Amino acid sequence: MKYIDEFRNKNLIQKIAQEIKAIMPDENINIMEVCGTHTQSFFRFGLDKLLPGNLRLIAGPGCPVCVSSSGYIDCAIQFAQDKDTIMVTFGDMLRIPGSTSSLEDARARSGNVRMVYSALDSLHIAKLHPDKKVIFLAVGFEATAPTVAASILTAKKENLKNLFFFSSLKLIPPAMDSLVKDKRLNIQGFLCPGHVSAIIGTRPYEFIPRKYRTGCCIAGFEPLDILEGLYILLKQIRNKKPQVENQYIRVVARNGNPKAKKINAQVFKVSPASWRGLGEIPRSGLKIRDEYSLFDAEKMFCIRHKAQGARHKVKCKCGDVLKGLISPIDCPLFSKVCRPDNPVGPCMVSNEGTCNAYYKYK
Amino acid sequence: MCLGIPMRVKKIKGEFAEVEIGTLIRTVNIQMLPQVKIGDYVIVHAGFAIQRVNPERAEETLRLIDEIHRRISE
Repeated sequence: MKYIDEFRNKNLIQKIAQEIKAIMPDENINIMEVCGTHTQSFFRFGLDKLLPGNLRLIAGPGCPVCVSSSGYIDCAIQFAQDKDTIMVTFGDMLRIPGSTSSLEDARARSGNVRMVYSALDSLHIAKLHPDKKVIFLAVGFEATAPTVAASILTAKKENLKNLFFFSSLKLIPPAMDSLVKDKRLNIQGFLCPGHVSAIIGTRPYEFIPRKYRTGCCIAGFEPLDILEGLYILLKQIRNKKPQVENQYIRVVARNGNPKAKKINAQVFKVSPASWRGLGEIPRSGLKIRDEYSLFDAEKMFCIRHKAQGARHKVKCKCGDVLKGLISPIDCPLFSKVCRPDNPVGPCMVSNEGTCNAYYKYK
Repeated sequence: MCLGIPMRVKKIKGEFAEVEIGTLIRTVNIQMLPQVKIGDYVIVHAGFAIQRVNPERAEETLRLIDEIHRRISE
């Protein structure tokens, strides 16, 4: 088994879609898919066409670059203006708009913004350029956090003096807590992210059914995974038995990945965080612990960044899209002014962004 | 970022492993999976193997999906 074709079996996909129709209640049902990769897979495989019309899927905030605040981007751009600095970042951060420009503009001006695939790559860059300050933009959720933590631990072990990490790492369950309370959304079930859950396990979601009577199902990214996840949630809704269920058992264990959780806790502490669109959410971010402050860009360079940049893009509705209040097509800029080749808001930039998915596949 | 494609472990060297899918070969860090072996499939996230794919559990998922259908059509 290669774990791909088996989970794209057309015959089984059609069958499970029929079963979803068979158990679908008559009223409208709202389910949020928290992870941006679920949104992409959903459209990429045309699953929207297989589902009942009254099943409304709301795209959630699980696109790490989309939820980075414009103040954070502004700060990164400011760093990039210093000719003794090399900014290192994941590719899709480059075009995320700050309040006046993006890192891509900064790269065009100064040439000192580098794109990498892993936080570990920033160590090589730092070693190659001992005369420069190398700053890694640490964005992501619980699945990316341990990769940054491991890089910080290695940097400490190797005694690197010119490598710094600027953390905007965020936690998913606190964001779900904030969204489930929003009465306008009326979320009746969460399709929970696969990779985040591979790290944190199933327990951190348990407060959601207990406190709000809203069900959760962790699902993989293949078409059969997503459809089975939806089937499990609909069954919970029908039987009025909300709980945390795990469809992605081949990857997600109840306790997650203990080693990854351990290095996360060793390097980071939980802090409030500012989310684009969602505002400040208590205990939803990760900051570098004092023991590792020599690697913390925020502490070393005394950064004070505001959550909101100076100039709001008033017509851009990314905030409402990230909250799930509107669909991308309800935004006046969508596909007219704002397109993947000329994105106005972050949701159009990233592959995991909701607007990007709608533009490509809808 | 969350590319959910499992990759097969080809070679292990200390904290790193060569993983492959089709003709693509990448070197990833395996420090978060101390038990990983050659031949295992792993989920890779931002240059790190973050979890091993459990073959028995994968079979179980496919069997469950098949059963849902049979139960309903009976």
